[in-house]
Amino acid sequence: MENQSIITIENLVKRFPMGKDSFTALKNINLKFGTGEFTGLIGPSGSGKTTLLNILGSLDVPTEGKAYVLGKSIGSLTTKEAAHLRKESLGFIFQSYNLLQVHTVFENVEFPLLLLKYAKSVRHKMVMDALEWVGLTEKVHSKPPQLSGGECQRVAIARAMVKKPSLVLADEPTANLDAANSHHILKTMETLNRELNTTFIFATHDEKVISYLRRKIYLLDGRVDKDEIIRINQNERS
Amino acid sequence: MILFLIKGLWRDRSRSLMPVLVVAIGVMLTVWMHAYITGFMGDTIEMNAKFSNGHVKVMSKAYAENMDLLPIDLALTDVSKLQATLKMNNPDMEWAARIQFGGLIDVPDEKGETRSQGPSIGFGIDLLSPGSKEAERMNITNSIVRGKLPAQAGEVLLSEHFARKLEAEIGEAVTLISTDMNGSMIMYNFIVSGTVSFGVEIMDRGSVIADIEDVRMALNMHDAAGEILGFFGEGFYENGRAMQMADAFNAANTQSEDEFSPVMKSLSQQGSMGQYVMMAEVWSLYISLIFVFAMSLVLWNAGLLGGLRRYGEIGIRLAMGEEKGHVYRSMIYESVFIGIAGSIVGTALGLFLAWLIQTYGIDISGMMEGASMMMPTVIRARITPVDFYIGFIPGLISTVIGTMLSGIGIYKRQTARLFKELEA
Ligand SMILES: Nc1ncnc2c1ncn2[C@@H]1O[C@H](COP(=O)(O)OP(=O)(O)OP(=O)(O)O)[C@@H](O)[C@H]1O
Ligand SMILES: [Mg+2]
Repeated sequence: MENQSIITIENLVKRFPMGKDSFTALKNINLKFGTGEFTGLIGPSGSGKTTLLNILGSLDVPTEGKAYVLGKSIGSLTTKEAAHLRKESLGFIFQSYNLLQVHTVFENVEFPLLLLKYAKSVRHKMVMDALEWVGLTEKVHSKPPQLSGGECQRVAIARAMVKKPSLVLADEPTANLDAANSHHILKTMETLNRELNTTFIFATHDEKVISYLRRKIYLLDGRVDKDEIIRINQNERS
Repeated sequence: MILFLIKGLWRDRSRSLMPVLVVAIGVMLTVWMHAYITGFMGDTIEMNAKFSNGHVKVMSKAYAENMDLLPIDLALTDVSKLQATLKMNNPDMEWAARIQFGGLIDVPDEKGETRSQGPSIGFGIDLLSPGSKEAERMNITNSIVRGKLPAQAGEVLLSEHFARKLEAEIGEAVTLISTDMNGSMIMYNFIVSGTVSFGVEIMDRGSVIADIEDVRMALNMHDAAGEILGFFGEGFYENGRAMQMADAFNAANTQSEDEFSPVMKSLSQQGSMGQYVMMAEVWSLYISLIFVFAMSLVLWNAGLLGGLRRYGEIGIRLAMGEEKGHVYRSMIYESVFIGIAGSIVGTALGLFLAWLIQTYGIDISGMMEGASMMMPTVIRARITPVDFYIGFIPGLISTVIGTMLSGIGIYKRQTARLFKELEA
């Protein structure tokens, strides 16, 4: 299941211009991710987690080296092609949820499907399914300001998952959540990972998240410090 | 997708209500200013029309060429026939013959010797024939300071200032010393029936106003008149129409070899009035341009702020895979919608304000003392068909330009940078 490669990173370097100089946030990264992985990029603040995640999400481009995501070389995509890749295959979950505040839970989750131009009845079913996965069916008509942080993040997960993307990128998804909510959404994501075979890549330094990961990639100062693959029995922890 | 955008627009009041209000205020000012200036400039034009130019004026060719000299020796003859023809060909117009003339006014003492004397400009207008609108047209009744309108032949009005200078009293006789139509010197006695003050410097300096028949008698101008003024029935000057009418009249009546054949001139073809008419026309254009510019700046800033506020939303939409061009275009569609909505509201408000000023007017007589131009003392706005759409120009253009300018910032920004700002 995890042998098919979904992401290949070769000699990736990311530099940000800093006045006359530049700051190197990622230094010669080489990684491969297989389909269905549940992997975390772990490291202290400033180690380059978000930077790497942004590149994998085609929100940013490498300065040097290559990053292939689903067979596409991120650096050589046009903005249109990058948008297309995100629309078709990628889901994002952010630390601060980033829901559309004036739209209902339903509309937030529906948005990626609107971009994919699905028919209304299809959209309705898919949104309700996604809300069912995260246990929020009774909140369809609420708006984000009326929801708790945990509920917001579950909406964000539903939004990322609704189109059943190949790859979900989650940047510190539990940072604003308490322990109970963190475990709740992590379990949800773990289940979706198992049932839909969606690849999850996290950026985190939260121990709760780390405890769910099946692969831990430690970043330090823009380099891969350690790459651990853990084979745990699913039943052991729950 | 469209429904999604409409919902967002409707629910996010800072994205809809605020900009609509800003646009509405700007549009309201544009419409109102336009109606106000049209009214003010229009009133000035009407005033000049009423006192001296008419909407069109018929003179003899030679008189027209020397209009400033008030050359009564070049006056039109057979005026009643000409006037009847004019009336027949243009039944919806009002025609009035007038004589303007120069001369001295002499106030004699008991012995018949000159007590005081002064140069004057005389107006012979139709004051006495029943149904004449001339007194009303020149607002004479309301301008009387002392005494009353001439009620019979042989009576004149003097401008108040002139009467004081000459120390002429109501009921006293004054003598007009001038030259008649044939160039002979004449002296003619009038009784002062009253004094007038129009609040217009050039009319108040040394005017003598008498019934046109008296003046004809005095100057030996039987059935003659310096000029025949024509006024549109609606009471407003229309340049295109006036010019057309003049062209048609001249084609039919003016003979190049006959100096005394009649010629018609539109108000804009008389002296400096043409420039003023043109100015009145271009002003509205300038005003809307200024408002387009000023409002674009305001809305650009509003758009920038709105855009900043919307980085979150835009970042999310981009991350979900919406194309930048699509996001940008949807913002522009929104701005078109806001521009139209704001323009409708603003136009309605502007028209209402203009209507108030059109109906009630603003009295500025206090500010007009000593003005040398013929200007009205009560300003009235005037709503013209243009006012129904002129606000849409700044309303739409400025919102769209504002959004385009502020949208470029978002467009140019790296998607990842949007998120940096978003996460912060
Ligand atoms: N656009 C940018 N311009 C300049 N420097 C940047 C930019 N983005 C990130 N950096 C720098 O790159 C480094 C890595 O940043 P990154 O956001 O990837 O860290 P991180 O591991 O996600 O940290 P955190 O845990 O705090 O989120 C940091 O030192 C940061 O200052
Ligand atoms: Mg980060």
